[in-house]
Amino acid sequence: MKLRLPPLLRRAVPAGLLALASAVAHAQLAIEITGAGANRMPVAVAAFDGENTLPRAVTDVVRADLERSGLFKMIELGPTPMGADAPVDYPRIRSRGADAIAVGTVSPNGGGRYQVQVRLHDTPKQASLGSQAMVMSPNQYRATGHRIADFIYEKLTGEPGVFSTRIAYVLKLGSRYELQIADADGSNAQTALASREPIISPAWSPDGSRLAYVSFEAKKPVVYVHNLATGQRNVAANFKGSNSAPAWAPDGRRLAVVLTKDGQSQLYSVNADGSGVQRLASSSGIDTEPAWSADGMIYFTSDRGGSPQIYRVPAGGGDAQRVTFEGGYNVSPRPSPDGRSLVYVSRNGGRFQVTLLDLASRQTQTLTDSSKDESPSFAPNGRMVLYATEIGGRGVLAAVSSDGRVKQRLSVQSGDVREPAWGPQPRN
Amino acid sequence: MKFARLTLSLIAASVLAACSSAPSTDGQGAAVEDRSGAASSGVDSSRIPTVNADGSGGAGIAALKDPKNILSKRSVMFDFDSYVIKDEYRPLIEAHARFLVANPKMKMLIQGNADERGSREYNLALGQKRSDAVKKALGLLGASESQLESVSLGEEKPSCSEATEACWGANRRGDMLYSGEF
Repeated sequence: MKLRLPPLLRRAVPAGLLALASAVAHAQLAIEITGAGANRMPVAVAAFDGENTLPRAVTDVVRADLERSGLFKMIELGPTPMGADAPVDYPRIRSRGADAIAVGTVSPNGGGRYQVQVRLHDTPKQASLGSQAMVMSPNQYRATGHRIADFIYEKLTGEPGVFSTRIAYVLKLGSRYELQIADADGSNAQTALASREPIISPAWSPDGSRLAYVSFEAKKPVVYVHNLATGQRNVAANFKGSNSAPAWAPDGRRLAVVLTKDGQSQLYSVNADGSGVQRLASSSGIDTEPAWSADGMIYFTSDRGGSPQIYRVPAGGGDAQRVTFEGGYNVSPRPSPDGRSLVYVSRNGGRFQVTLLDLASRQTQTLTDSSKDESPSFAPNGRMVLYATEIGGRGVLAAVSSDGRVKQRLSVQSGDVREPAWGPQPRN
Repeated sequence: MKFARLTLSLIAASVLAACSSAPSTDGQGAAVEDRSGAASSGVDSSRIPTVNADGSGGAGIAALKDPKNILSKRSVMFDFDSYVIKDEYRPLIEAHARFLVANPKMKMLIQGNADERGSREYNLALGQKRSDAVKKALGLLGASESQLESVSLGEEKPSCSEATEACWGANRRGDMLYSGEF
């Protein structure tokens, strides 16, 4: 079954659609920083030379990204531009408190496009840390800003940044449900699927081109795979009974799903086109919420031992092994990208909280102080965990660093946001 | 025929006893004998479903919507963390089983639900246990496997949306929908 859906909204909104654009803006995710790292590195991003010829400043996006990461303290240098190849007055920058400074040049590149060159300097060492150049059209200023922020982040932390990634989530507006895709900073939200019936459990394909999810539009849970660029989608699992909890295999060809076609909720795998269904594991209880790890394990929730706990089984088959032992309710496991830790939701007293388990040391840490946390997922660099929670009776998204220090909140002016999933690194 | 009916009645009684925490002895299980409908005499005529050869339309369907007919009631409520059909729903389950047996072309979608606390996907699995309990009871009372599909809506379609015990209770239910209603 193939359905043709409207393609994602284009970035350039025709004038006739301004009313729609303002409705979209109303549902725009606003990001708010509610906690920062203990030792933030002081960094300056100078105004880029020639940047004032662009309709919107690239460096505003760069500064907002770095600030929001909670790892950097932005040092203001004022409006005087500093070019990518101009000499840097290190003592002056140092005296303003910046340990690093990014400078850059924006120059016309023909055909209405621009070249943006950025260079990063270590001010105590008085040395260049490297440079990067990219070509963009003016309406790509946000994407360019995110790429520059990724460049600076990686040079200063040694880890890849996630400013160019996207997130998926479900927005509930009254009785309507929208599966939306936004940039990691909440901007540029676009609706991939709109429905009168609930949508849950979006899962990104490893290459970021497709989402698998559960839609109730057929009055029962059915798993779909949706191509974001074309709006084409296909049924991946619609067996008798319920079909839910899709999780992509690392190769992007198969999905783990939960089916009830043979009785209770159990784990199966299917090809993304819905063919080739196979049993993955068997138990006498509920098995659900599978998640593939980089090291070939499938983590899942099972109540085979009496209460819902997290187990894992080799993706190629084998015996299931229990992973969580503390407490009577541990659900929604997601392994970190490096496979060393696991986040999940744990019930502590009456509170449901995002918890991190170090798989080697068996140490656990409660990462949040909220009480209705759901659906955690790691950023692709493993540094942050995105989850859904409730504040003042409204569903919001929140992110917390894996050390529990940096905290962000993403909410909309009206409506509930839930079911977040952090997408993979974009492929260039 | 009599033997067959008696057997069904015994199966029904044992099923419902198995499904309930405190088996009832009030004799209501005997209502199962009415399943062959119009052929019997002396039964409450308001409970006799009309059999349609083509399995759709007619008075049998009207009964499903008639507020005075038990068939218009479609919800089975469950206790917290429980997947057992309570005694009070025995007449309801029996009436729907009779209707399905009398209307073999009629299909039913049973939607299980869960309260909102905790994981959406785990709640989906818990809702499935409730719809499966309803399906099993209907099947053991004679409805055929091909007529029944049990699915879960998890916590996604609450009938009540406040964070109170009463509300959570209202959301722990199984709903029975017939062909044309889903």
